[in-house]
This record gives sequence, structure tokens and C-alpha cells, in this order.
Amino acid sequence: MAVIVWIVEGTWPACVDAARSRVPEGSEIVLLHVTGHESPGAAHGAFAGLLGRGHPERDPGTRMEQLAADSARELLETAADRLGRDCARVERSGRVEREVVAAADGADLLILARDGDRSHLGPRSLGPASRFVVDHAPCPVLLVWPETAPGLSSIPAPPPHPPHHH
Amino acid sequence: MVVLVCAVVRPWGLPEAVFAVPAAAVVIATGAISLDHTAEEAARLGPVIGFLAAVLVLAQLCDDEGLFQACGAWMARTAAGRPRRLLGQVFVVASLITAVLSLDATVVLLTPVVFATAARLGARAKPHVYACTHLSNTASLLLPVSNLTNLLAFAASGLSFTRFAALMALPWVVAIGIEYLVFRRFFAVDLEAGAQAPASAGPPELPLFALVTVAGTLVGFVVTSAVGIDPAWAAFAGALVLAVRALIRRRTTPAALARAVGLPFLAFVLALGIVVRAVVDNGLDDALGQLVPDGTGLPALLGIAALAAVLANVINNLPAVLVLLPLTAQAGPGAVLAVLLGVNIGPNLTYAGSLATLLWRKIVHEHDTDVELGEFTRLGLYTVPAALICSVVALWGALELIGT
Repeated sequence: MAVIVWIVEGTWPACVDAARSRVPEGSEIVLLHVTGHESPGAAHGAFAGLLGRGHPERDPGTRMEQLAADSARELLETAADRLGRDCARVERSGRVEREVVAAADGADLLILARDGDRSHLGPRSLGPASRFVVDHAPCPVLLVWPETAPGLSSIPAPPPHPPHHH
Repeated sequence: MVVLVCAVVRPWGLPEAVFAVPAAAVVIATGAISLDHTAEEAARLGPVIGFLAAVLVLAQLCDDEGLFQACGAWMARTAAGRPRRLLGQVFVVASLITAVLSLDATVVLLTPVVFATAARLGARAKPHVYACTHLSNTASLLLPVSNLTNLLAFAASGLSFTRFAALMALPWVVAIGIEYLVFRRFFAVDLEAGAQAPASAGPPELPLFALVTVAGTLVGFVVTSAVGIDPAWAAFAGALVLAVRALIRRRTTPAALARAVGLPFLAFVLALGIVVRAVVDNGLDDALGQLVPDGTGLPALLGIAALAAVLANVINNLPAVLVLLPLTAQAGPGAVLAVLLGVNIGPNLTYAGSLATLLWRKIVHEHDTDVELGEFTRLGLYTVPAALICSVVALWGALELIGT
């Protein structure tokens, strides 16, 4: 069985723990991290806005692309340590949600964490990226809460009965 | 127009000055600008450019002294794994660095440090990096040294350094406050995701010498303007102190210092100033003059700031301020400062600072790592109009209260 564990800053420990406790021994586990382009892109843009400075080698975005690659490697290493099993590590970069869906193609399971509002049970507990992944995943999905799930009482009361139609 | 296009396009990777300087020579040679006006423009821009060079060197030397690394270490330690607190610290650090060491320092030197800090904490970097890029514009309102646009306006306004700062303090605080509120809401989900407190390192080593020099430079600004000396000398003295120390300790070389001065950039500013003056002299003043509201009442200030913001978003804030200054200078310092609010806050609306740059980057696909334009623009729409309107009201209040 091939299992993809999507590692995201902040919420990844719950995914690794789920893989450790729920994936049978001997399965092939892949830790996946996707680096988005937004941060280096914003820096490229800010530098381009400084008219007349020339010196493309001073562009902070380029330095940040390097930093992003380093930090992705370190994050996957930490995650692999926590998993404590044989696993493969995959780094991708691009549009995060689309890269995750592409990487999950052909897998037997994708494990990811909710990344939205975690104070209530409900649709908002999925942020835009994980919403896209859940909606488009080409394989079974295990969706975990990063911390303990909020209680059932966090579900809003049902709306009053609709008026009867005669 | 050609100069602007070349500055944005940078054909064959050549510095912008390669096109701007010959263009300036052409407009002088063809008589598009009179020799009197050329001399006047050069006399006006000369001290501004010297001032700019001193601040650029000062920022670079502060980086060599480890100031920005120390900021990163401090933020990582005190954020204690809480992304929301990290955002607050990024706001404080980026606002101060931008105000004192100019927006170039924030964009080029601070942003990568903030990114690395967020990565080290395992926090999502986007809110913090976007905060740096936004604040490099918004937080550059406070001092004449914070932004080249300010230096140009400062020279044109006739205000003293301290009065400039006193008038801009309230708009600066208001604009940053609005950015903060919007960021907290806009990135609520990203800030909610946890992070790890870093392995406890000892307190970071403070680059005390650099901090004291920068503080001394700030005091120098106040003192020089009180006794009527050009405050550029204070910046020059600060840069000199750090440069001598760095040279003695062999932390820098004369060549590196010369690079930090950015001679091609300074030449570009001078040439752009002369070319823009020629364009203004040849009819742009009449055309735009009708659009510039008269007076310094609140509606007029709002109109001026809005016009400046639009112009900055279409071309770039540097040419925008050069065009608008001659048209607003006679209306008084209030109008000039309103122009600054527009050209400094406005560029947050467009990725890469202006539509011209944005279009060109789209054409050449300069980096395949561009941001998601929709999100960036949405953030700009939430922050820019609100920050602009409120800071203009704050400026109007400060003008009523303090006077010019």
C-alpha cells in the first residue's frame, strides 16, 4: 500500500502521528512537502518595484528560493524522525494544492490535516488549499485534526423548520 | 517614455542609467529643457542624491555588522513559536528599519531574514513576507530618509527634517495600524497554524556599535535641522563612522563600499529627474495641472493623494513623484506631503509596484515563481484605500494641529 503524507508547516505532526498509528507496517510511506511560490514571488515583485536599482544579483527573491529549499529539506527530515519508519521524502514546488493532487495520483491513501478555522466542526475547518485537495483527490483521503477535534457542541444549532408548503 | 520603458525592461540586463543618462543628454542638447532648468534640477537633485548614497551605505554597513541577523534571532526567540506574535514583531522591526534605513533595506536585507526566521519556526512564511513588502511602502512615510520619494519631496517642501517627521508621524502610525488589522484578518488561518519554539539559543549578540551609530545619526538629523545644516551631513557622518570601523576590521573593502553607493542608480535618478522636468516643461504641467486639486483643505488633500496613488500604480512612484512635485509645490508643504502619501502607500495595490512593471514581467515571464495575482491584489484592495484615506485625514489633522 502506498501512502502519501502531506507535510505542511504548523499542522504536520498530526499527519505523521496518524501515519504511524494507522498505516500498516510494511506499507510504502512518502512524506510530501510542496513549496509555494508566493513568498519568493512577493520579494521578486518588491525588488522589481524599486525602479533603477539594477543589480539583479541583489534580488532578495532569489536568495529566498534557496532558503525555501533548505527549510523544506529540514522540515522533511524532522518529520521523518518523528515517523521513525522507513519512508521516502518528496519535495515539490509550484501551486501547492495542484502539486499535492498530482503527487497523490495512483496512491492508495493521502493523509492531510485540516488547515482552516479549528475552533468549530464544519466546512470552514478546511482552508482553500486543503479544500481543493479534498475536493480533487484522485485517491482515498484521511483527513485529521491537527489537535483534538472541537466538541459536537461547536456545530451551530439547526435552522428553524422551514415553513410548510401548501 | 522611452527612458521609463528602458528602466522597466532593462534590455540586455544593462543598468537603467545606460539609457537614462544619454536620454537626459538628448533632451538638454535638443533644447527640450532650458539650461537654466537643467542647472536648477541638478542643484535640487544633487544634495538629495548625496543623502540617498549615505543612507544606502549606512544600511549595507549595518547588515555587515549583523544588525539584520540579530533582528531575526530576536524575533525567533521572542515569538516563542506563536505566529501571531511573530507577525507583530515583523511589523515593529520592518516599520522601524524602513523608517530609519529606507525601504531598500527592508526589501533587500530584511525580507530574506524574516523568511528564514519564519521557516526556522516552522511557521507559514507568507503573512510575514507579505508584511515586509507592504511595510516597505507604507512604513516609508515617517522620515525624509525612509524613501527616495520622500527625499525628493523633502527638498521641494522646504520643511525642516523634524517638522517633516512631526507632520508624518500620525499618518505613519495610522497607515501601519490599518495594515496590521487587515493582515491579522486576511491571514487569520495561516497565523492560526502552530509553529515550534526554536531550540533555545542564548540571547542574540546585539550589534551595539551599529545600533549606537544609527541612533547617533537620528539625533544628528534633529540637531542639524535645528541649526540649519543639511541633515544629509548627519547621514554622511553615520556612514563614515561605520565605514571606517568596517575598513579597519577588514569587514568590508573600498570596492564593496563603492558598490553599496550604487553609482549607476544615482546617475539614473539624476537623469530621470532631468528627463521628467523636460516632459513637464513641454506641456505635461498644463495637462496634469488641471487634474491637481487646488488648496490644502481635506477634500483637496484627498484628491491629490488619490491622483498620486493612481499615477504611481500606472508608471512607478519615482517618476510619479517627479511629475507631481512641481505641480503641487506652490500649494505648500501640505499638498506635497499628500503626494507622498499617495505615491508611498499606493504601490501596494499592484504587484511589482506598477502596472508598467507588472505588464513587462508578464510578457517575459521573468520568474516562473510569481505570486498569485488575485490574492495579492485582494490584499492591496483591502489595505490601500483604507490606509490612504485614513492617513490623509491624519495628515490633515496634523497640519491643523502643528501647522507648517
